[in-house]
Amino acid sequence: MSASTVPARRKGAGLGLLAWLAGIVFFLPLAWMALTSFHSEQDAATNPPSFTAALTLDGYREFFGTGGGASPWPALVNSTVASVVSTLFVLLLALPAAYALSIRPVKKWTDVLFFFLSTKMLPVVAGLLPIYLFARNTGMLDNIWLLVILYTSMNLPIAVWMMQSFLSEVPVAIIEAARVDGARLPTILARVVAPIALPGIAATALICFIFSWNELLFARVLTGVVAETAPVFLTGFITSQGLFLAKVCAASLVISLPVLAAGFAAQDKLVQGLSLGAVK
Amino acid sequence: MTATTTAPLATTPVPTRRQPSARLRAWATRAPLLPALIFMIAVTQLPFVATLVISFFDWNALYPDARSFTGLDNYQQVLTDSDLRHSVWTTVLLTVAVVLASLVLGLALALLLDRRFRGRGVVRTLLIAPFLVVPVAAALLWKHVLYNPEYGLLNGLLHYVGGPQPDWISSTPLLAIEASLVWQWTPFMMLILLAGLQSRDQQQMEAARVDGASDWQIFRYLTLPHLRRYLELGALLGSIYIVQNFDAVFTITSGGLGTANLPYTVYQSFYQAHENGLASAAGVLVVIGSIVIATFALRVVSSLFREEVSRA
Repeated sequence: MSASTVPARRKGAGLGLLAWLAGIVFFLPLAWMALTSFHSEQDAATNPPSFTAALTLDGYREFFGTGGGASPWPALVNSTVASVVSTLFVLLLALPAAYALSIRPVKKWTDVLFFFLSTKMLPVVAGLLPIYLFARNTGMLDNIWLLVILYTSMNLPIAVWMMQSFLSEVPVAIIEAARVDGARLPTILARVVAPIALPGIAATALICFIFSWNELLFARVLTGVVAETAPVFLTGFITSQGLFLAKVCAASLVISLPVLAAGFAAQDKLVQGLSLGAVK
Repeated sequence: MTATTTAPLATTPVPTRRQPSARLRAWATRAPLLPALIFMIAVTQLPFVATLVISFFDWNALYPDARSFTGLDNYQQVLTDSDLRHSVWTTVLLTVAVVLASLVLGLALALLLDRRFRGRGVVRTLLIAPFLVVPVAAALLWKHVLYNPEYGLLNGLLHYVGGPQPDWISSTPLLAIEASLVWQWTPFMMLILLAGLQSRDQQQMEAARVDGASDWQIFRYLTLPHLRRYLELGALLGSIYIVQNFDAVFTITSGGLGTANLPYTVYQSFYQAHENGLASAAGVLVVIGSIVIATFALRVVSSLFREEVSRA
């Protein structure tokens, strides 16, 4: 062992330790939220914090409505419908579009691709008022299907970009070979394109699900009692006086669970999706 | 739609098995694209046109009969209203501070994670988690669980070292919002920059090392120039999302204490004050601001994209 590797290795270990420290600091608020959600309201609201207080499920009982408050289930169901159905619509619209932009590209396909991207840069507030007035005049206010349509439009550009980038990873030579062998389009799509593009399509769906599940502004303005989604429910959660920390932590955690699950499931493709396919 | 190509029908001999005309084939290629394209135009472009039209009207929803065309009055009012001007400034400050801070932190974390060490996967997972919390939940977490002056975690930890017990949100409201957003957006920047670091030319770096370049020199003259476009991309995508931020402002301060940004102001002026015309004018201004950012963003994405296409 030469002399120079010892300090180098020590420096490496130090930087590894620093990385661990950073990870723990970033995760600490979440860990504390999880711990607090299992504390009683009295133990949750102490200074200095009670790290070792007895654990209880009261916060969760309170959240799920057995404590007398409003039940979160309608909001959770609404969020699930809005996110899942809009994601299905997105896939239905984006898959053919991505096909026409990658495997059999139309003329000027890059211009079309950039049109889709430019709609994503139009801020939500720009169209909020007309959408609100339209919904009010057509009786669509407080209707979950309005959110389904809006979430579809919110995620469609991202999905088209992501899938364009995933579908263009399918080698044209294989498709040509299949065609020469007499395979028809449905067969080519099912047997050649799908197996290669499926992981990317799954990641796209998960990312669209996350964005829909998180959305607050549209849901806040356009829904009321019936079509309220989980984030709106969460904002209306702290109306009562008194202690509510454990309850809020439990609620935040439960509502974030689908997003955490979807995010970690899509981890490998998360960057490519969030950077609209620009970073591989 | 565009040029109509008139094929000399009479002179072409009719083939035994008719080939579809070129125009038909072009439409067949275009067909899969149309549903998505029409849907996007209907749902995103039409409302914006409506916003533009409404912005020229004096229109309070509580007095629908008093609606009248006022030309550019709303814009003049928006641009001279001190609250609204303040919210423009707040938006700029919030966006720039959050994007810069999360980029710098994200770069540091990406550099740390680019090295091999024990438990790298675990640390990566810990670092990504804040990005995967529902934004409203994250804002509530910061407001009540961390910032609360009596029993929040921050003051609880300060208590141990005998530190002061500040009221974080009242004394530094904008900074409080920014910190919660930096916590959520740093992982995003880290992921993009980590992808950038991992796409560096390893041979080139090895060659530089053999030639006796120091770690700092490699970072300064090889890594940083390579990362430049990834930094730009992170900054611009981050700006697009943070300019539009509503959740954190709404939850942490409800736009109070001078923290109302433009999206919140637009929301407030039509949802609470029912000033449709003013809200639309402010909305149009947000769009103009976004177009400036978006033009740069599109240029960056397109340069990365063209490189990708030409490489393929």
